[in-house]
Amino acid sequence: MRDVILSLSLRSIRIHFLRSVLAALGIVIGVVAISSMGMMGANMTLSVTEELSSMANNLVVRAYTGGAGFGGGPGGSGASGGGDEFITESEFREITKIAEKYGLVYGVQSESDRIEVGDRKGRATVYGLDDKVIPSIFSLSEGTFPKSTSSVVIGPTLASRYSLKTGSRIDIGDPDKGGTTTVRVVGILEERGMSMDVNSDSAIIANQKLFNGIYGREGEYNQVNVILSDINDTQKVKSAILEKMNRKEETVTIQDSSRMLESITSTLSTMTTFVMAIAGISLLVAATSIFNVMMMSVTERVREIGIMRSIGTQKSEIRKMFIYESVILGVIGATIGAILSLAIGWVVVLAMVGSTDYFFSPPSLVYIPSAMLVGIVICVISGVYPAWRASSLDPIEALRAE
Amino acid sequence: MVEKRLIELVEVTRVYPLPSGDVVALDRVSLTIHEGEFVAIMGPSGSGKSTLLNQLGCLDRPTSGDLFIRGKNTREMNDRELTGLRLNTIGYIFQRFNLIPLLTAYENVEYPYLMKHREPDYTGRVDSLLGMVGIDPPMAAHKPPELSGGQQQRVAIARALVNDPALILCDEPTGNLDSVTGRQIMEMLAELHRKGRTILMVTHDAEVAGFAERTIVMKDGRVI
Ligand SMILES: Nc1ncnc2c1ncn2[C@@H]1O[C@H](COP(=O)(O)OP(=O)(O)OP(=O)(O)O)[C@@H](O)[C@H]1O
Ligand SMILES: [Mg+2]
Repeated sequence: MRDVILSLSLRSIRIHFLRSVLAALGIVIGVVAISSMGMMGANMTLSVTEELSSMANNLVVRAYTGGAGFGGGPGGSGASGGGDEFITESEFREITKIAEKYGLVYGVQSESDRIEVGDRKGRATVYGLDDKVIPSIFSLSEGTFPKSTSSVVIGPTLASRYSLKTGSRIDIGDPDKGGTTTVRVVGILEERGMSMDVNSDSAIIANQKLFNGIYGREGEYNQVNVILSDINDTQKVKSAILEKMNRKEETVTIQDSSRMLESITSTLSTMTTFVMAIAGISLLVAATSIFNVMMMSVTERVREIGIMRSIGTQKSEIRKMFIYESVILGVIGATIGAILSLAIGWVVVLAMVGSTDYFFSPPSLVYIPSAMLVGIVICVISGVYPAWRASSLDPIEALRAE
Repeated sequence: MVEKRLIELVEVTRVYPLPSGDVVALDRVSLTIHEGEFVAIMGPSGSGKSTLLNQLGCLDRPTSGDLFIRGKNTREMNDRELTGLRLNTIGYIFQRFNLIPLLTAYENVEYPYLMKHREPDYTGRVDSLLGMVGIDPPMAAHKPPELSGGQQQRVAIARALVNDPALILCDEPTGNLDSVTGRQIMEMLAELHRKGRTILMVTHDAEVAGFAERTIVMKDGRVI
């Protein structure tokens, strides 16, 4: 049947076109805000996951520090002495023996130290790695890998912060405490991003001889990394190392990237939820404007409501008329919002994530219909009270209105 | 001929409670209207004529007393049923015409039909009623604000008749019209009465009341 109530709602919207457009605009903005924030979060998660899983074949073995020094009962054999935070040369060899058939095993030494470039002072992490390992885990953007005990390669962030080029010199160390060592930059690494094995972007990478020359600490590794050839070996290698090394007491802990991946994605999802909640406030504002417009519509149409009621229109039909009106505003606003979300979401994702590779993937696009739904539901809710008000008007009073 | 009771008021009182004191708009009014009657209600301003008509039209409920429509006590009906009564049994014609401004003349007449039958009028009833009251199809496509008072009242009469009501209530139907147009409208009502409709009409105008067969006079909320 032709729904006369629906057509009354439509005509009311058409007559108050500008007012309706403004009300729907609130919903448009709310839907765009929520969906583009959601899409930004989804795209960020997807691209970080992708980036991290490319290095998910990493195992990082560190010395166990958990219960050290506390009343741990059986652990207090005294064997661990003062080298608690380090993996020793013999432990490193044992780990190598277990893991070398599954991939590349290498020890990492690191210190955070004072550096000086020209007259600029600062701090940086200095890594000591085996000569042969450096070329196999890093790529150069310029220069060569270090060959002598006075040359280093540096990360791109450090290079740009201190305007370092190949050939530049860096003084490492504090002149007041043990003096400084001058090294020459022979190469600059490509950006590697966040990683859990070696954070090279703002670090100095030296070979082991140079590192030990500065800091001593021969055979004391901060961590031992295993790059597995096959990611499916992760658990096998991990438990083999743990079983061997921790037989008598806890000596090592192993971190694999899957845990880190989990914690990063959960952080990202918390962040996304938070940003979306802020965007949600814009929908609340939209709800207020819809509510306002609906109340105006009711007030303006009091007499019309009185007429309709007096000639036999049920309260439920009156309610329907106003609910229709708010639903129509919601659907129009949410639809326009959804279309704009594609464009604005794209721009936001491009600006914030830097890549739109995942823009059209389901986990990203799903935010558009979700935000639409939220927008429409908010409209309906905002229309409930005005509709109820309209339907409970006294017909005689309403007829008297001007 | 056995007269059937269409409406019966028994001791109906309507009190408006106001801060300045209660206003007794209807004071124990008892009244019976039979089917086929044409009754005029007269009386000075503020005597309770509109209040009485609103009671008869089920737009309002008595403070005390009972209103029976075809033997059924309206006190026992809920809002839904009373609204249904207004849709199906009562046709209302107002002094201010009270057409829905968003709808065309045709749609205004069709509106109660749609509410009742839940489908458009395929029977041609709306067209024939509009023809009867002298509204031609081009005029029926206009919205109420584009019509003259007389034209609007004709549309309102057609609307009041569309669901074939047992009772037609008019509150000063000619009050906003010039005397010539008023007379045309009255002739239309008289014609409806001749065809057997029950009509109750509030008026100030003795000449208008002359069209009715019975006149009830009110004063201070009572029938005298
Ligand atoms: N909603 C209301 N609230 C308070 N008092 C009211 C209300 N409606 C009517 N009254 C009072 O009830 C009395 C009867 O009013 P009513 O409208 O029935 O008179 P009427 O006979 O139709 O007058 P008129 O010829 O001027 O239309 C008046 O004293 C009026 O002030
Ligand atoms: Mg009156």
